Amino acid sequence: MAVSVSIFLVTLLVVRIVYVISQSSKPNRNSSQKHLSTLVVLGSGGHTAEMINLLSVMQKDWYAPRYYIAAATDNMSLQKARVFEDILDDKGADGTQFMQIYRSREVGQSYITSVGTTLLALGHALWLMVKIRPHVILCNGPGTCIPICAIAFIFKVLGIRWSYIFYVESIARVKRLSLSGLLLYKLHMADQLFVQWPQLQKQYPRARYVGRLM
Amino acid sequence: MDDKHDEYKRIVFVTVGTTSFDSLVKTVDSKQVKEALSAKGYTHLVIQMGRGSYIPKKSSGEDGSLVVDYFTFSSSIADYLRSASLVISHAGSGSIFETLRLAKPLIVVVNEDLMDNHQSELAEELAERKHLFCARPQTLCEVIKSLNLDIIVPYEPGDANPVAKLINKHLGFPVD
Repeated sequence: MAVSVSIFLVTLLVVRIVYVISQSSKPNRNSSQKHLSTLVVLGSGGHTAEMINLLSVMQKDWYAPRYYIAAATDNMSLQKARVFEDILDDKGADGTQFMQIYRSREVGQSYITSVGTTLLALGHALWLMVKIRPHVILCNGPGTCIPICAIAFIFKVLGIRWSYIFYVESIARVKRLSLSGLLLYKLHMADQLFVQWPQLQKQYPRARYVGRLM
Repeated sequence: MDDKHDEYKRIVFVTVGTTSFDSLVKTVDSKQVKEALSAKGYTHLVIQMGRGSYIPKKSSGEDGSLVVDYFTFSSSIADYLRSASLVISHAGSGSIFETLRLAKPLIVVVNEDLMDNHQSELAEELAERKHLFCARPQTLCEVIKSLNLDIIVPYEPGDANPVAKLINKHLGFPVD
């Protein structure tokens, strides 16, 4: 009995996961919403500059309210996002929030010690995601986005919240995807994964080549 | 300082970004590199050394050699980039694109000590397209000696609109 129940539940879960993955690559059919809450995951230095470049051409009143998340060790990125938000007119700027998150891996940290810090980052990400439950997630590379996207995917599977996940691989990645990009690609977690170099798209056919952002 | 003197100022600005890159700072502070820069007509060397522990030697250039100055961090890196005639930078994409947008000659030096050394990908790709020169600390001196700024192809800034349109479309927002 217990065995058949668990087989049934596992089958159900697998079917649901396959459904979520297949639906994720399809456009939103329920387009009645005027605006969608948007979570922007910022990374250090170049990543943030690329993300701000993208946000500057996006409709602010469609992507609102906006929640910015950056690593707790990164003071610069949220500062840059604040400067960006401050120069916008009031349209759609209501409810913008800035938050910090524990980082799963520092530059130069070994992959082995990354396991513990990743668990901590995962717990913190869960707490933030429960609070925000964004409709749209924009990320472009930092390891910080992996726990966020994993939780967003689980929320989709469990029916808690359907988030659209967009990943723009950094312009610094010419030949190979970053670890974050590769994970999202392999696990089918991003609705769309964009790359900025044609040779990268050839290697990862499901990615979309969009030209340089910078 | 009078303006006449300023006209002959040709500044080389070295930047390592937010981390440390001692092997670059050490290399630009070496006698060979400074002589190579002087031979190319540069008069000043300004080094942003970040969190590095190697301290370069300051010089007022009284003996006709390069004037050398350094600092750790500054909120006005853009001003230093603007004043420079040549930029020698670490391989971070932020520094690279900020310099290219100002249309300054750029030598990118790849830090081979980083664990995940993907940074060379971008520098090498842009060097292949002749937007900049790419070096390692040990080859920097040779790159400076053979520097030919005439072959540089100006960098055309990219455009984020195609991505924004695809995202809008996916979400069912009107696309014009």
